[in-house]
Amino acid sequence: MQWLNKRYQFLFRSTKGLILVAIAFAALGSAFFGLLSGPMADYGIKDVVVRALNINLEPAEREGRLVILYHSLAMIAIAVEVYMITDLLKMKDNHRLPINTTVTVGYLMVMFGGLPFAYWGHNWVLHGIYIAGLSLIFFAGCLLLVALWPWRDEYRLKDKDYAQTKKGYDMERIAFFMVSLTTLISAIFGAVPGSFYGNGFETFLAENVVRDPHKTALDLSIIGHLHIMLALIAIMCALIIGRWMDFKGMWQKLAMPLYIVGAFVLSLGTWLVVQFEEIAHFIIYGGSTVAMLGALFLVIDSWKKIIRSGLDEKGIRKGNFFQGVAALLRDPVRFGPTWQMVFMNFTVSGVGIFTAVKLDEIFRKWQFMDERSILTGHWHILATLTATILLLYYADLAGLKGKARKWFGWAVIIFSDVAFAAVTVYEMKRLFITEGEQQPLVNRAVLAGDIGVIVLLLALAALMVWRLTDLFKKKGRWQEETTHRLAKKEEVQ
Amino acid sequence: MKKSIITMSLFLLFALTACQPVDFQAAPPVFDTGMDSEQWVEIPAGEFLQGQFKKETTIDHAYEIMVTPVTNAQYAAYLNEALAADYIQVNGNQVEGYYPGDAFAGGRHEEEIKAGSYIHIPLDDPFLRLSYDGNSFTVKPGWENHPMTMVSWFGAKSYCEFNGWRLPTELEWEKAARGTDGRAYPWGEEIARNNANFYFSRDPFENMATFGSRTTPVGFYNGKTYNHYTTLDSASPYGVYDMAGNVWQWTANVYDAQHYRYMRGGSKDMYENNLRVWSMNNATPTFTSPGTGFRCVRDVE
Repeated sequence: MQWLNKRYQFLFRSTKGLILVAIAFAALGSAFFGLLSGPMADYGIKDVVVRALNINLEPAEREGRLVILYHSLAMIAIAVEVYMITDLLKMKDNHRLPINTTVTVGYLMVMFGGLPFAYWGHNWVLHGIYIAGLSLIFFAGCLLLVALWPWRDEYRLKDKDYAQTKKGYDMERIAFFMVSLTTLISAIFGAVPGSFYGNGFETFLAENVVRDPHKTALDLSIIGHLHIMLALIAIMCALIIGRWMDFKGMWQKLAMPLYIVGAFVLSLGTWLVVQFEEIAHFIIYGGSTVAMLGALFLVIDSWKKIIRSGLDEKGIRKGNFFQGVAALLRDPVRFGPTWQMVFMNFTVSGVGIFTAVKLDEIFRKWQFMDERSILTGHWHILATLTATILLLYYADLAGLKGKARKWFGWAVIIFSDVAFAAVTVYEMKRLFITEGEQQPLVNRAVLAGDIGVIVLLLALAALMVWRLTDLFKKKGRWQEETTHRLAKKEEVQ
Repeated sequence: MKKSIITMSLFLLFALTACQPVDFQAAPPVFDTGMDSEQWVEIPAGEFLQGQFKKETTIDHAYEIMVTPVTNAQYAAYLNEALAADYIQVNGNQVEGYYPGDAFAGGRHEEEIKAGSYIHIPLDDPFLRLSYDGNSFTVKPGWENHPMTMVSWFGAKSYCEFNGWRLPTELEWEKAARGTDGRAYPWGEEIARNNANFYFSRDPFENMATFGSRTTPVGFYNGKTYNHYTTLDSASPYGVYDMAGNVWQWTANVYDAQHYRYMRGGSKDMYENNLRVWSMNNATPTFTSPGTGFRCVRDVE
């Protein structure tokens, strides 16, 4: 009993344990439900799994199933971010504990209520559990807002290296608060239409209605919700990585107002889609550009830091270009998160902007199915890329060292980027190839994408197995980590 | 670190370059499906369950629909007749015909379709299964009983109207495909690989390692066995074939504030979820593709 209790304390009471459990669930969920689509469907694995596990794939409910699956995985990502925030930022323990508990119970209810409901038949108790789970996560978000409230005297900064208002209020904390607030409001834009469309039974995927000229306010609300939630999760991720990298100085002072304004304007744009679709897009472009500029400053600052520490390690005072690059690349786990933010510009932001600018000239000349494949690829890449950033941060938290750290870091960076690049080529294929001659290109893109995803999942599995075996050791890493904190800044209690 | 990067890069390079040149014009296997592509079937007036969420909808008239999509042979015969009658024209590398234009509502992203001459088929596209020698059209060997593809909405509409018929509306198409019981596929609620021609359905006409998925003869999925490949009889409740997979099918509707024309049925290049009877695709009316064809309807006297 003592054995179990100690592991429970680590897995469900410590930050690192909570993150480990959440990532393990995400890994299991992705691996299992990945069996039902893509190459696994092509090669017949899906048919075997569906028969063996008596999965009920009612054709008319496919969109509803996917919405529940996406929400289940997204809630895990949100939970991981919440754990990181509650530990990285100064917060009262009587705030931290209920937030983490609520969000944990919430995502577990979403997973264990929603997925059986969606894939194994319609027991309405399970649907109730799913909805209650989503509500709990929303409630945890409200608690987080209270805990983050930046205008308390005890959260004022003394260190002038960090962005702050004239009165000393922490701009980074305001940014965390703003992103949390806009996330909660944006969640409502999904919840209201979700309830209206019969608890998900008359639901649709946003990419299926983009060409419909007569969208209702609720349709537009869902489209806005989808856009903004992923974007805000990504902005929150950038804030978390900034805190990990101890982002400070001039670049941080420039970046924080940009994050705050960017998150607000971007959110406002997607909310306005409901009533003012025409102008909303310009507001969205403005907001996202501002937020991306903030992320660029984080990249500049963190790379300068990584290079400096690398050169210091080798005793080089002023290195040349090649020494600088070697220093930057020496630790893929630290370099990876910000590199992925840069890579995001090629596979997500760049593609998105190009598509928007050339929409009528190029993409609306294509058949709808070709345009839809861009939209689907776009969301998948943004979501997965954000997940790889969080995963690299977790690899650092988990204490991965030496060669294992290098192999893991490079495997995640190289193979996820190969997969993202392959998906980008796949989704934009009509730019380079006609429908009749596409198969060789499709085969290469799918092969590269599959290799990328498989290696990424293997790297993740290796990390999970390592941590699982550690749990069976009497004095494993888990024991130390039970009391570990993520925070490095002196302001944290 | 260098070692790990080099090993991973070499592995990727090897995997991505291990491919061979592809013959996209490889001749198809030839099978007699026993289907008569001149057949029509009557769809009675009345209620049916429409769309993904099964809304009760009424079609107030009976109509007849072609049992299979228009074939290359049928379309080639039409082209020769219509060309002789000056109903259509060959202009450069395309066959064209007159269209009186649509009302323009200035909708978002709407393009105006003015009165004028528009493409019916492109003559220079290698995936057109017809040949033109300057005088007449013939079908490339082996493709006679395959659905006519590389045809624009204008070309499909023109074929139907030349014969005194018309394209089906989306509602007419859907009722013919699913009957009145709200089923998801023409034959029922589940799809198997030998129900229809879809992406990775492993029919005798596809080779996913090389040229990919290709059309199957119309009415191919009728329960017959072809060289050890056994199909399931996949007719709709009214006995209509190829209402899921093989080729997307143009429908007649011209909607307010948009220039897109809608297609139904999914195609050889789509995963099976796009073969559900309510799935839609759309494109500009000049769009042509190796995965898009059509069939006609006619009113019952």
